[in-house]
Amino acid sequence: MSELTGGPPLLQVRRLSVHHGQLQALRGVSLSLPAGNVQAMIGANGAGKSTLLRTIAGLHRPTAGSILLDGSDLSRMRPERRVAAGIALVPEGRRLFPSLTLQENLLVGRTSARPGPWNLDRVYDLFGWMRDRRSQHAAQLSGGEQQAVAIGRALLSNPRVLLLDELSLGLAPVVVRRIYDLLPQLIASGLTILLVEQDVSQAMRVASWVHCLLEGRITLAGAPADLTPAQIEGAYFGIGTGNGNGNGAPDGTTAAASGRPGSEGTPGAIA
Amino acid sequence: MIWVNTVVQGILLGGLYALFACGLSLMFGVMNVINLAHGDLAVSAAYIAIGVVAVTHVPAALSFLIVVPIFAVIGYVVQRTLFQAALNRSVLTTLLVTFGLSVVIENGLQQYLSANSHSIDIGSLVSDSFGIGSQITIAYLDLVVLMVAVVVLLGLQYFLSSTANGRLIRAVADDPEAAQLSGVSYRHVFGLAAAIAFGTVALAGLASGMMSQFGPTTGTDTLLLYAFEAVVIGGLGSLWGTLAGGILLGVAQQIGAQFSAADQVLAGQLLFLAILVLRPQGITSRREPA
Repeated sequence: MSELTGGPPLLQVRRLSVHHGQLQALRGVSLSLPAGNVQAMIGANGAGKSTLLRTIAGLHRPTAGSILLDGSDLSRMRPERRVAAGIALVPEGRRLFPSLTLQENLLVGRTSARPGPWNLDRVYDLFGWMRDRRSQHAAQLSGGEQQAVAIGRALLSNPRVLLLDELSLGLAPVVVRRIYDLLPQLIASGLTILLVEQDVSQAMRVASWVHCLLEGRITLAGAPADLTPAQIEGAYFGIGTGNGNGNGAPDGTTAAASGRPGSEGTPGAIA
Repeated sequence: MIWVNTVVQGILLGGLYALFACGLSLMFGVMNVINLAHGDLAVSAAYIAIGVVAVTHVPAALSFLIVVPIFAVIGYVVQRTLFQAALNRSVLTTLLVTFGLSVVIENGLQQYLSANSHSIDIGSLVSDSFGIGSQITIAYLDLVVLMVAVVVLLGLQYFLSSTANGRLIRAVADDPEAAQLSGVSYRHVFGLAAAIAFGTVALAGLASGMMSQFGPTTGTDTLLLYAFEAVVIGGLGSLWGTLAGGILLGVAQQIGAQFSAADQVLAGQLLFLAILVLRPQGITSRREPA
């Protein structure tokens, strides 16, 4: 792909459609994620945010469209093979293994690990409290602690792209903030992040580019600084102008035009 | 003294039942497969052992060295193909598939090997025994089988709790999808669990075939039922519960046999029913039944 920014994006989703039985959850969603970016998906319940992440991770088979990591097509790969290729999803609701200890949960994440900076010690350094409690069962940990273990488990596979699904779900705001404050360290280690978040202000704070999903379509995309609350509200709830014509973002162009957060001259694009 | 002997014989018998039951428990605990062909697999292992001994002339008592690995491989292959295909559809489908497999094995044995009874001939080993006092007689074979059962359960316990593959089996039993997201091929791990289950059921089939006569229908008529009863009595998902369940079943049967030979099986069923009514989660399980 020739891109305005030069070099292909690390993760590219092209015109992705997914059905759950009769229901179409995603309708031609496209996005591209340059290396080192943090991008966020916002949207109401049932907009298709989790479906998008789960499809990228391989848990749903798309009815149309493709998913490319570094230019190679993942669409036919099983989830565990995608982990080996460098995609890790921290699933909604944490999904730890309750009968395993904290450390065993982390070690499972190493099964298809790529070579890279993350190992058990580094995860323990990132989350200082874990080392002392590594032999506790996962079921005994608090929600915030479980979320940290779920992130650690994903990191141990040394992903290139980390997908974070609703980190804030069921957690106290202060805990959520603490977890999100770790993202710069993760980016510094070479990760690229796509996250799904219902908490719009949190997403706007950490992401360099935000997509708003409504009924399976991207209705708005842009750098947080360039989006007005009114635009977001409109895209989020599907009211007002500038949406409803049903076009997903054209292939690759949204993120390609983005540059870095705060860079001037990026219009608050209504896709 | 007669009652002490009864309990001792029950414990010895319980080892065999536990050996039968642990594979059944593992398959259900890890992949939700209720393997109705479990007993028939045990009987097939015994038939294969007779064949192996006839062809290779290894001592019958050592035939497990060949038969158990064969069954482990069969277990992996059957899980990856037949059972996985059924699991992809629904849990109910797996029940039908294992039932079908049971029918196929049983009738295959009838068709090609006749309905005649056999046993694995280990010579005088089958009857050698030693006495404790005047009332208690312990057969070496029974004692060896109990020890094998304990060693297998200990080994399984160690494998599940302390090895990387055991960890993956527990993870997949908890949440196969989350395991996939962590880079684990749950299909492969299911295969490993099935290999272990088939290996242990082969061992149990050989032990049973050395201790008593068997025919094509022995698997479903008795072995499968006893394995189920041991699992239910002990409580699902607990290896030591399985041993306790096997032993309790064995003791109940021996006590029943004291009254009359016909009461042996009945006493076991009564204990099984009592547990189902009074403590459906099993004697060792802390979990409340769903």
